[in-house]
Amino acid sequence: MNRNMSSRHKILLLDDDKDLLELYREMLARLPSRPEIHTATSGARAIALLESEVFSLLISDLNMPKMDGLQVLTIVRRKFPQLRTAVMTSVVDAQFRTRAYAMGIDLFLEKPNTSQEISFFLDCIESLLGREMDAGGFRGMQSKSLVDIIQLECLSQSSSVLKVTNGPFSGRIWFINGDVIDAETQDLKGEPAFRKILSWKTGNFEILPADQERNRTIFNSYQGLLLESAQALDEAKTRQQGVGSTPETDGTDAPAAESRLAPLTRFNGVEFVMTIRASDPKCDSWGTENPEQISEWVRQTMQRFRALGDGLQAGELNQLEGLGPQCHVALVSKADSDLCVGFHRSLSQDLVRATMAEISEKWES
Amino acid sequence: MGILNLIIRRSSQTGLVRLPTGSFTLDPTGRIVASTLPRSFPLARVRQIGALVLSTFQLAREARIPLTELIADYAALRLTARELRGGAIIFLAPRSLGPK
Repeated sequence: MNRNMSSRHKILLLDDDKDLLELYREMLARLPSRPEIHTATSGARAIALLESEVFSLLISDLNMPKMDGLQVLTIVRRKFPQLRTAVMTSVVDAQFRTRAYAMGIDLFLEKPNTSQEISFFLDCIESLLGREMDAGGFRGMQSKSLVDIIQLECLSQSSSVLKVTNGPFSGRIWFINGDVIDAETQDLKGEPAFRKILSWKTGNFEILPADQERNRTIFNSYQGLLLESAQALDEAKTRQQGVGSTPETDGTDAPAAESRLAPLTRFNGVEFVMTIRASDPKCDSWGTENPEQISEWVRQTMQRFRALGDGLQAGELNQLEGLGPQCHVALVSKADSDLCVGFHRSLSQDLVRATMAEISEKWES
Repeated sequence: MGILNLIIRRSSQTGLVRLPTGSFTLDPTGRIVASTLPRSFPLARVRQIGALVLSTFQLAREARIPLTELIADYAALRLTARELRGGAIIFLAPRSLGPK
């Protein structure tokens, strides 16, 4: 969406209380960016409006009759993935906050009760409207890269823990008085974990309270760390471009599929790999004798568990694992594709999870 | 401050359904034989989860990848199911945003 072309942002407010809607409409209309405010008193009406016009932001209540806020957000996440969303509610329950964030909302606000809270609420909304969707970066600070966020913590000599999530992956970086003292993600610790986290281009971050007890494993300065990470990323990119320049053959032929999957098979314990696209009845597979049967199971299982997640409003299905006497399997999704990896039965569940995290990262890249 | 009263007057009581913590056990026919889930969690949802888990185990057997355990990791919930002689025991554990 090009903001230069449309001068005013459009906000859609959803609440079943008409008086509140009017009140919020008045408050939001006075924001410095002078947004255009539309209102809806039901989830169905809100979705109809979103289908008919382009909005910059949806602000939704949670507790509503018929279709509640979480149900609306579930639909909105699927149909309008680019739309910014905020929840404003009087429901003060950490679980609903977790679930709303799990659905990818940008802001979770309690309904303002004091003039100070109203002012804070308006500032948050104005700031949210100011962020460009296509700029990339991390949710919560859209125009900033992770490097910027780390520099900010270091320069302000903060003591904190930066929690970063990138799809199914999560990592933490510990700061004490502006020094990076430790990092951890998946099965990595210290500098390798720091470099891994820095390779993520988008995601969410949270600043958590400092952990003074954390043992120091990183002794390099933050400037040194950032420089080394940037070099490592550049080198990896160059290598990848070299590999990517190999011409590919027709997508349906098996050797080509095997070569596409080859990078995913070079992990310990991997017995078979397959990728399944929603739009294509065929699948790419490596190492299995009955790909049709397994792909059908993967397709059905992922579809049904995703639907269950939507029904429960439990957020995105990050991963599905199955442990069995013959082999273990792990399934993840990306856009309209599913990845299924079979592992040797001797692998522990932790090892399956750690290996699958690496494989899916490679697959997503 | 009539405006604020208008905002405050809305009760924080909610009809939203919390994700439950607990487990339930199914026999091979899908009948719930034991449950530690709160009563506030709809029985229809419990049955839906149970039916999905049992059929997933069944379809995996048919696809020649028999499974004894399933773990579905959602952003806000972890569902763990163990096969029990054709039935299953299913654990539900919501996740929190705080430090693990």
